[in-house]
Amino acid sequence: MQKSTLRPRLEPALQVRIHDLMVKTRCVEERMIKMNRDGEGFFWIGAPGEEAFGVPLGLQVKKGQGPDFDYLHLHYRSSPIIMAMGGTMLDSLRQMGMRATDRYSAGRNFTNHYAIPEWNVAPMAPTIETQYLIAPGTGWVQRRHGGDGITIVNGGDAGTAEGDFASCLIWSTRPGKELPMLIIVVNNKFGISTSHATQHGVRNIADRGIPHGMQTKVINGNDVFESWAAIDEAMRYVRTERRPYLLEAHVSRLNGHSSSSGANRVDEIDCILEFEKQLLADKVRTDAEIKATWERWRDEANACVKQLRTEPFPEASDIWKWTFHDDADNTLAKAGGD
Amino acid sequence: MANMAQAIRMALAYGEKHLGVTDVFGEDVGPPLGGVFTATQGLRTSWNSPLDERGIIGMAYGIAVAGGKPVAEIQFCDYIFNTIDLLKLVGNAHWGSAGKFNLPLVVMTPVGAGIHGSIYHSHSFDSIMTHIPGWKVVMPCTPIDAYGLMIAALKDTNPVMFMKPKALLRTKGDERIPGEPEDEKVLKDMIDAPLGDRTNWKPRWPELTDYTVPIGKAKIVREGTHVTCVTYGRHVHWAKAAADTLANEGISVELIDLRTLYPYDFDAIKTSVRKTRRVVFLNEDTAVTNFGEHLLRRTTEELFYELDAPPRLLSGKNVPGVGLAPVLEDASVPQIADIEKMLRETATVPA
Repeated sequence: MQKSTLRPRLEPALQVRIHDLMVKTRCVEERMIKMNRDGEGFFWIGAPGEEAFGVPLGLQVKKGQGPDFDYLHLHYRSSPIIMAMGGTMLDSLRQMGMRATDRYSAGRNFTNHYAIPEWNVAPMAPTIETQYLIAPGTGWVQRRHGGDGITIVNGGDAGTAEGDFASCLIWSTRPGKELPMLIIVVNNKFGISTSHATQHGVRNIADRGIPHGMQTKVINGNDVFESWAAIDEAMRYVRTERRPYLLEAHVSRLNGHSSSSGANRVDEIDCILEFEKQLLADKVRTDAEIKATWERWRDEANACVKQLRTEPFPEASDIWKWTFHDDADNTLAKAGGD
Repeated sequence: MANMAQAIRMALAYGEKHLGVTDVFGEDVGPPLGGVFTATQGLRTSWNSPLDERGIIGMAYGIAVAGGKPVAEIQFCDYIFNTIDLLKLVGNAHWGSAGKFNLPLVVMTPVGAGIHGSIYHSHSFDSIMTHIPGWKVVMPCTPIDAYGLMIAALKDTNPVMFMKPKALLRTKGDERIPGEPEDEKVLKDMIDAPLGDRTNWKPRWPELTDYTVPIGKAKIVREGTHVTCVTYGRHVHWAKAAADTLANEGISVELIDLRTLYPYDFDAIKTSVRKTRRVVFLNEDTAVTNFGEHLLRRTTEELFYELDAPPRLLSGKNVPGVGLAPVLEDASVPQIADIEKMLRETATVPA
């Protein structure tokens, strides 16, 4: 296991793009929290504090549909990844607002729970860690298919207590059947209210990959430069070697677990502010440009909420839709009585 | 005649050749064993998994997401209980994604008592499985139906749970599988792995052809006029035996093999009950919140004024397991004598 000390140079234009997406993500999350407080949405859970890791990840995904492209098995703190891949504020806010126009679940799922077949983003569930069981399936197909598409799975530190995480390590390293998987643990050091340090004795979660013969690394996920380089390195390895890589990224959790814990801001390192200091020091951005970026995305978020308020909620009769594939008139769905 | 394990094996071989099956996998599913009941011997796409049921269901989900057609086996349904949340995720993937994802996968697992399997190889799974929406659930009682239902499951674009009545896996039917040679010894030589070293063995599959038992269609096994018996799996055969005995007493039993537990064929039940005006639902799962209770409730609600006698449920006893000693097993799940008794009572109770 390596401790990363990478400090690569990123092109200024890329830095600007990353910053823009980080702010966009933060603004949409903050707007969702406001929707929760205003009674326009129910449960909120999201990713403020994970932008420095998630945006570089999303930008490096080989986006597309089918085994030639990357599959993603995400958890509920993945908005930076989706925003970087091209997700829109409006789509996320529609899900928070439970609209029929919600492209991810038509008003059925919590916010930040995506399902995007055209980008290989598998359906998401709030069951922590089950994604680590599903990911080897797409990895298995990609191993057989060839090419350089990989499977990316991410989850949190607390969930690694589930046996599903151990299963992922085992299934991805079966001798002679190793899978092209980037296995990510985003370590925010908490599971709801419980400190990771009080429940896990392992030095680094990434160390758990070592007995399986995995390449592993622990990084400061609050650092854009370090995150970009580590993801680049890990992806290159998985794409070419067709073997798994376990990457642990330490990040902040800026608004607590979720709306259930109040979603109030806590005193941890804010990766966006840290990045902005760097942008200013390197003269990549000015104060005025940074301020304008925030204003633009906050205005955009507000406009999206205005837009979704005009859009319909699902109909009660919609509950029968999509229980079964190829059941256009919902006959099968109602076979047990309606 | 082929036995049920051979029939399932042939259906899977047909699926590999004609229906795009990409993976048949699970614990001991691949060579050399080919499944603890031999139902996967010799299959081209079969492979062994770690002993990890949650991993097996998760793997099937992932393969289906990536465009494969997996058939996953849980070696005994007794070991499927730690996968319930994953079965829920499979069942709600289409619904929860607003129709964006469908998961064309099959999970098969042996169910029920009847092989002296003791506490943890005798469980039933029908009640819990039918409580997980988004799945189709089937259970054959003959080799030909096993062949036809498996082919239907492989053609389906939804997740299908194929429950194998383990007590019937070695039993033969009276209808030949399409393409099956007439001499069962010839079939055995063609598709059964030899004892001992199997390193170089390969099956020679018969020229199998399509035969589909539609999911959702029950079968009238025996026509009758006095009482309807609705059942599935191995209890079809016991109910038939009971009906034969009762025929000698002048009691005519109409026997329905449901074959599909979801989406079940309520039209067949209604048609029969409207004729006989009396019904017994029969299965070996435990009594409380039994799948038969659902059928009984719906029958009561929809056909109450057409019934001449209270509808009945004959199920397994509501105890934690099936005991090893034969007397314990027999006392836990309905026996032929129990079926005779309840059918007789239901058929003869005054209207």
